[in-house]
Amino acid sequence: MEWEVVIGLETHTQLQTKTKIFSGASTAFGSEPNTQACVVSLALPGVLPVLNQEAVKCAIKFGLAVNAEISPRSVFARKNYFYPDLPKGYQISQYELPVVGKGSMTIQVGSGEKAYEKTIRITRAHLEEDAGKSVHGAQEGMSGIDLNRAGTPLLEIVTEPDMRSAAEAVAYAKKLHDLVQWIGICDGNMQEGSFRCDVNVSVRPKGSEKLGTRREIKNLNSFKFMQQAIEFETRWQIETLEDGGTIQQATVLFNPDTGETRAMRSKEEANDYRYFPDPDLLPLAISESDISAVKAEMPELPEAMKARFEAQFGLAHYDANALTGSRATADYFVATVNAGSDAKLAANWVMGSISAKLNAEDKEISESPISSIALASLIKRIQDGTISNNAAKQVFEAMWTGEGDADQIIESKGLRQVSDTGAIEAIVDEVLAANALMVEEFKAGKEKAFNALVGQAMKASKGKANPAQVNEILKKKLGA
Amino acid sequence: MINKSLKQLGAMLQGKEISSVELTQEFLNRIDRLNPAINAFITLDKDRTLAQAKRADEMLSAGKGTALTGLPIGQKDIFVAKGWRTTCGSKMLETFIGPYDADIIERFDASGAVNLGKTNMDEFAMGSSNETSYFGKVQNPWDRSRVPGGSSGGSAAAVAARLCAAATGTDTGGSIRQPASLCGLSGLKPTYGLASRFGMIAFASSLDQSGPMAKSCEDMALMMNVITGFDKRDSTSLNREKEDYTRDLNKPLAGLKVGLPKEYFAEGLGADVAKVVQEAIAEYKKLGAEMVDISLPNTQLSIPVYYVLAPAEASSNLSRFDGVRYGHRAKEYGDLMDMYCKSRAEGFGAEVKRRILIGTYVLSAGYYDAYYLKAQQIRRLIAQDFENAFKQCDIIMGPTAPSTAFKTGETADDPVAMYLQDIYTIAVNLAGLPGMSIPAGFAPSEDGKRLPVGLQIIGNYFDEARMLNAGHAYQQATDWHTQMPEGIE
Repeated sequence: MEWEVVIGLETHTQLQTKTKIFSGASTAFGSEPNTQACVVSLALPGVLPVLNQEAVKCAIKFGLAVNAEISPRSVFARKNYFYPDLPKGYQISQYELPVVGKGSMTIQVGSGEKAYEKTIRITRAHLEEDAGKSVHGAQEGMSGIDLNRAGTPLLEIVTEPDMRSAAEAVAYAKKLHDLVQWIGICDGNMQEGSFRCDVNVSVRPKGSEKLGTRREIKNLNSFKFMQQAIEFETRWQIETLEDGGTIQQATVLFNPDTGETRAMRSKEEANDYRYFPDPDLLPLAISESDISAVKAEMPELPEAMKARFEAQFGLAHYDANALTGSRATADYFVATVNAGSDAKLAANWVMGSISAKLNAEDKEISESPISSIALASLIKRIQDGTISNNAAKQVFEAMWTGEGDADQIIESKGLRQVSDTGAIEAIVDEVLAANALMVEEFKAGKEKAFNALVGQAMKASKGKANPAQVNEILKKKLGA
Repeated sequence: MINKSLKQLGAMLQGKEISSVELTQEFLNRIDRLNPAINAFITLDKDRTLAQAKRADEMLSAGKGTALTGLPIGQKDIFVAKGWRTTCGSKMLETFIGPYDADIIERFDASGAVNLGKTNMDEFAMGSSNETSYFGKVQNPWDRSRVPGGSSGGSAAAVAARLCAAATGTDTGGSIRQPASLCGLSGLKPTYGLASRFGMIAFASSLDQSGPMAKSCEDMALMMNVITGFDKRDSTSLNREKEDYTRDLNKPLAGLKVGLPKEYFAEGLGADVAKVVQEAIAEYKKLGAEMVDISLPNTQLSIPVYYVLAPAEASSNLSRFDGVRYGHRAKEYGDLMDMYCKSRAEGFGAEVKRRILIGTYVLSAGYYDAYYLKAQQIRRLIAQDFENAFKQCDIIMGPTAPSTAFKTGETADDPVAMYLQDIYTIAVNLAGLPGMSIPAGFAPSEDGKRLPVGLQIIGNYFDEARMLNAGHAYQQATDWHTQMPEGIE
């Protein structure tokens, strides 16, 4: 039987606000335990939550970015359960009425000829507070609680079960990861837990309309693990069903060491959260003017920028897509163009040499040793004929290792292209004199001999002669 | 002097006839003498109290006094106060020292008032008799064998026994008005949102409201000027312009339309209470008020609605008392679950557990719609009843409680009988309206004691000034509010 995997994602994005969602305590990462736990974070008797409007702005930004409905009225609810890192004994979240409703996001899956686009429907996104952390093993026989993270604002983004492969799920997650950073609501730091995905996976016979029973893989904090986890989980579910077994709804954890998923004890899921509207908070009202105000602050979104790159710079759809993959890449590209570079050349360099180097060295574009302005100065030397494309590659390598700016390197390495007609004629004359045999062959109709002569002339110029001029002069001299 | 009003004592302080330290010491002496039996205070801290009195005297000398500067006020032990033990009447918080000040504590502090001590209360404000306090029952000064009402029973008994000049209370279903009625005081629950809930240990967040308990409406007006005001730390606090609640005290009542809900005078109301309330109504007619018959048809539903919604909120509000960060933790336990279970089983009393169980039940999957959601719908109908009523009248009057103070232990095995104490007060909380109780006379007990009866005055939203006007006019014409119980000299 042929099987189909069905995947939906729930992503917790930590919002980039200075203070917590319901108190004035700082949200900075990595401080000494409990130094960012104010009376509200500690849930002392008598304290009350007050909504941080910056978190609301972040939610509106996200809603606008995925063309979603933004609820004029949404409600905070209490999710009740006991756990030591949950100080109030309930988490303030949104349940029946979330701040962001239905939206969608278009993703590009795969690369090259096999690449395709797909629209993933967003079900909802809601605001909630994060819990603290339990710290085990710091003291013999004791568990510690660090409430620095308690109350950090999260936007939980939920999709429809629209993805049909691990690749699609990862493409969505990456795109979402790019988008939340693009609009400046999340720092995207997966190691620090700023962007965490729960993946719901089920399988069904291909062609079936009915959804299979899902298992939820919790807390994936890397795209690589997500890919591995989904692939393992999919195989496991198919094998289980093919062996005549059934799938039980469950929460599973991925173990990166074994590459396997394993169900958590079912006892931990038997919670009845007793959601009810939080009487300490008024319903969140968002007016049209609130939305307009946020809209005015919104950066140009990737989709709009992509279309603009295609129209304004004549870039191919694939290139425009790649350049708008992240805000940093797009900004870098635009800055390169603004510094005087030809757009198509800039696109090629950013997606080519720069991207390859960054990949090889596992760097972000913000860490590139060649700034956008420096890259533009190199490209300008190609545009004005100072150096050849080949020489440019050498200059680029030297710039990457910090040997200086483009002009210094061109000079010190003597890479300036010879475009002086007289000088090139002299070289061509020498080459023709020294290679009489080739000239004969050419005249006898052997076309290849011409290319060999160009090669000789380039070699004689140590690669510095302008190849177009060499061609032209050779043709003239040979009467071709 | 102990029977003087805040207004009168304030004038003496301003006129340097007495110092705050002297006045405070006088009340502390009375507490030393009378509190061991009455048990109105849970926690006293004479050093802190006298230091505040000293500061008040300095403020007065510097001419920086306000209406309340130097006046000793009892603070219900539901308000967190920095450096003060704050127990909420529970073993759970027996050793909890407040690390910050509640909004109301800050406001009294800023006014220069003196915190005389933390008053007794039903555990987590759950009760109408003050019998559920971990720190013991409180005696009603009018008859020591009877309850003072609850949950603000300690505050009520303290003011009635003249152990303080006035006190604060909180009212979730009648917890200011019912003890005021049973102890012969004036007590006011403001419109929901007028007084900040920051630092007030939550029972049922959508119903809780703090307010004054004093000897007269004039004193309550002075306290309302301090208690109310916007607080950005409470999202349900209303951002309105500050009011002067004394402004209308002396307005004539001629033409005031008083609504009398027929449901408040129906079966269930004690004949002795009814008689006193009718006499008060007659007095109001003499003062020029017009009586209008009105109906609040959903009154009977207010108790079941309240006993779904209040426990639901309480079950969640009390989850933070888990023995992890503060409060009672069992000495010995096995795993985490065992620690939770033992700490909470030991830390909470029976009434609190009962309400946590009810609340947990009504919020459970499968029961939520039938209980919680239905109760919310009826809550809206109850609010609508009042909305309709206020189309016909300016204020509403009726009894505060169906009976006078009952004997200690009388409702111990019958929680529903205790719940019925709040039949006339609960709807006011559900609607978020202001409600007040003032002394209207006495009903004799079978053994010949004089037991106070309260008249309830319910106003429209933000109509506290008008209610205080109505109360003050009555208190100018009568002297019920100045009478003192015997045996407190």
